[in-house]
Amino acid sequence: MKNRRDILVIDDEPVITRAVSRICAEEGLSVDAADSGSAALDRLDARSYRLVLCDIMMTDLDGFAFLKEAARRAPKMPVVMTTGYATLENAVRSLTDGAADFIAKPFTADELLAVVRRALRARRLQEEASASGPRESLAFVPCPPKYYRLGNVSWVKEEREGTALIGLSDLFLKTIDGVAALELSPLNDEAAQGAPCATVTSAAGDRHAVACPVGGRIVAVNEAAKADPASLEKDPYFEGWLYRVVPTDLQGDLKSLVSCSSDRL
Amino acid sequence: MFQQRTLRKRLGFKLTLAVCATALVTITVFAVSNIRSHSRSLLAEVERHANQLSEAVRSGTEYDMLGNQRERIHESIKRMGNQPTIERIRVMNKSGAVIYSSDAGEIGKMVDKKAESCYMCHSAGRPIERLEMKERTRVFRLQPGGPRTLGIINPIYNAPSCWTAACHAHPRSQVVLGVLDVTLPLAEADKDIRAAQVEVVVFALSAILALSLIVAFLVRRWVDVPVAELVEATQRVAGGDLRYTIAETRDDELGMLARSFNNMTGKLSEARLQLFQSDKLASLGRLAAGVAHEINNPLTGVLTYGSFLLKRTKDQPELQEDLKVIVRETIRSREIVKSLLDFARQSVPKKTEADINEIVSRAASVVESQLALNHVAVSRNLDPNIPKAAVDANQLQQVFINLFVNASDAIGPKGGTITVSSAALSLSPVGITQIKKAQCPKRHSLIDGEVRIDGKPSVRLKARSDGNEGFIYLNPMYAMGGHHHGIPVDDRKVIALSCPECSASLIQPNRECPRCGAPAYAFESPPKGLVEGCSRKGCDWQRWEEVDATGAREFVELRVHDDGCGIAKDLLPKIFEPFYSTKGQKGTGLGLSVIWGIVDNHNGTIHVESEPGAGTTFILRFPVRA
Repeated sequence: MKNRRDILVIDDEPVITRAVSRICAEEGLSVDAADSGSAALDRLDARSYRLVLCDIMMTDLDGFAFLKEAARRAPKMPVVMTTGYATLENAVRSLTDGAADFIAKPFTADELLAVVRRALRARRLQEEASASGPRESLAFVPCPPKYYRLGNVSWVKEEREGTALIGLSDLFLKTIDGVAALELSPLNDEAAQGAPCATVTSAAGDRHAVACPVGGRIVAVNEAAKADPASLEKDPYFEGWLYRVVPTDLQGDLKSLVSCSSDRL
Repeated sequence: MFQQRTLRKRLGFKLTLAVCATALVTITVFAVSNIRSHSRSLLAEVERHANQLSEAVRSGTEYDMLGNQRERIHESIKRMGNQPTIERIRVMNKSGAVIYSSDAGEIGKMVDKKAESCYMCHSAGRPIERLEMKERTRVFRLQPGGPRTLGIINPIYNAPSCWTAACHAHPRSQVVLGVLDVTLPLAEADKDIRAAQVEVVVFALSAILALSLIVAFLVRRWVDVPVAELVEATQRVAGGDLRYTIAETRDDELGMLARSFNNMTGKLSEARLQLFQSDKLASLGRLAAGVAHEINNPLTGVLTYGSFLLKRTKDQPELQEDLKVIVRETIRSREIVKSLLDFARQSVPKKTEADINEIVSRAASVVESQLALNHVAVSRNLDPNIPKAAVDANQLQQVFINLFVNASDAIGPKGGTITVSSAALSLSPVGITQIKKAQCPKRHSLIDGEVRIDGKPSVRLKARSDGNEGFIYLNPMYAMGGHHHGIPVDDRKVIALSCPECSASLIQPNRECPRCGAPAYAFESPPKGLVEGCSRKGCDWQRWEEVDATGAREFVELRVHDDGCGIAKDLLPKIFEPFYSTKGQKGTGLGLSVIWGIVDNHNGTIHVESEPGAGTTFILRFPVRA
């Protein structure tokens, strides 16, 4: 068994790797740091990690290239992307390319820890799911056919009237240790793909921003879910929807999403 | 460069040369043929004269010959031959001996058959007895190099009076008794011919010269100068001076070329300006992105350490307060950087219930000190009772700051006043609601962003009437009329309306316009239901049930008035277009289009009223409930 650590943080700014190391160490997590993508790949060969936190803008090997290579070398290891060039495109592409999550710089210690905890929990859930086998009761419910998902965060389902429903994936909800509160955008707001459109607060007080799967104008808000946030976890794909939107460019947005039908093949 | 071009290569020179060469050839041909025909007619004249003379000599001597008066004949011929216009007269007998001659020394000499005067008849061996006049004359020189002479021979034929004469000198069987040979000098005629030749050559040369000069002058005036102007202009434009224009004073093709050239450079300079401005914007975007990345990294250091310390020092309240300030201010910096990144993108408004008066006051106080420098005062006339509205306070503040700065620019350095006023009003949905989405029954979008009516994307329908097929563009403002018809349509004719993409009919069966009874069309405007309208041109009836059902809506109206220079009427429709700027290189030309975008994102409207010289008023309306 290879030498095992909790987190590998990759950033060409030493001040950031040091800050992340100290914050995580305080929480009892062991952290390694690498100052480039290629150095990080060397680390991956030497040790196994439960989680990688990776900067996108790096000189030798950028974050997306690292993400691809890491998925090949350690398929189950979640990678959280981060960048100071925090455009919506970068956020969406990270999730589309298979990152566990995306966090924009600069972040506070609490924001970082919320993301790290969720990613670690997601890994545990996925390991449990594969260990128990497909016939056993699932650790989380995958999204139904004809749904599309943005990473493992949110889903969208096209409706016949030209509108679309938006909600949170079960895996996302399960990684939050008990939904305590839900903050939603008001009616008629314009949502953009990849932009935060809701905030979920966990029982422990962590705040998790939800990236919106499609852009569009919000025409209905699920007040019932807002009033009883815990109900989300009971039926995340039907009763637990968040918004009904009139999408601005559904076909364009769908290109960045994963079809849930294909998940089941 | 044009000046260095050799003469040989210039278009005008080539044209002149070509015209002159053509003139040279034609005039030369003309001159040569003229000289020839002139010489011929002169010679013919001399010939005729010689013939008459020869006949006169023959008949003058005939009587003496019949009487065989040889002395008299000698004398007559000698006298006649001495006339200055006659070179020589002689008579030869059949055997070739000269029997009479004006030159006494010649008498008795034999003339060779090959001599000039005999050759004509004796060349074929057997003598020819009858000769045409042309064949009887010949031109020759008595001495080589001497003057030309014309000789005419006149055969003396046998006649009854000859063989019946008393002398019995000639038998009856003889046909030709002898030859009268008259030689005339051609010196006079040759002088005439030479004079005529000189005259024609002089005429030809002067004609060619005159033609060349005229052509050269006209070519220079009509071709060389305008072409040189065009060449100069293209070089100036190529050198980057896009404001250079050619004087448009001509009506010919080169004048048209000059006009289209000016038109082209005008368009080019407009395009370059737009490119320059969009480039400016792109650089700004790149700069923002670069700044965001560069600043976010150090900010991450501050924020992570700050928040980490805040977590670790929960038991030290005096430190907590200070650390909270650090974290709060860093988060504020983060928002500022984020807004830099959002600048390029039309950012999503974060609407909260806000007092627009407060936003206006805040925007005014931000720019007031700057405006005071230009002697511009902001006068507030705000109604304190206006309701709160759901708006993005930051975006709206940006709108008002932009409007104040624009107003101050319009006022200029002489100073003036900006008046901002607010009021609540309630408006019926007719004319203020925009159809932003439109679908056919098969859910093809009917919105056309290319054809805009008052700056808003129109609703495009396919129309067929009387065999004409084309598009009708509906004004997206509900029930406002003012639709554009892309095909000629008769007011009284029925128009078939359908989806431009799938041709699904939009005409409602059994539904008639309540105003005029014409067939009604309908399309879906999700999520607000069906929009119906009258298909007849000239009838503006529309019904949008869901919008009508909401009844009158509450609005907050803001007016920003300045007493500046105003905007010309023809420019008013353009001011909200992106990249349109009257401030030249100073403005990005994005201000008003961004404002328009923000107001539109709030479902609000923005209008402008302006009187050149008197000032401009921007009128903004925001719905209280979106």
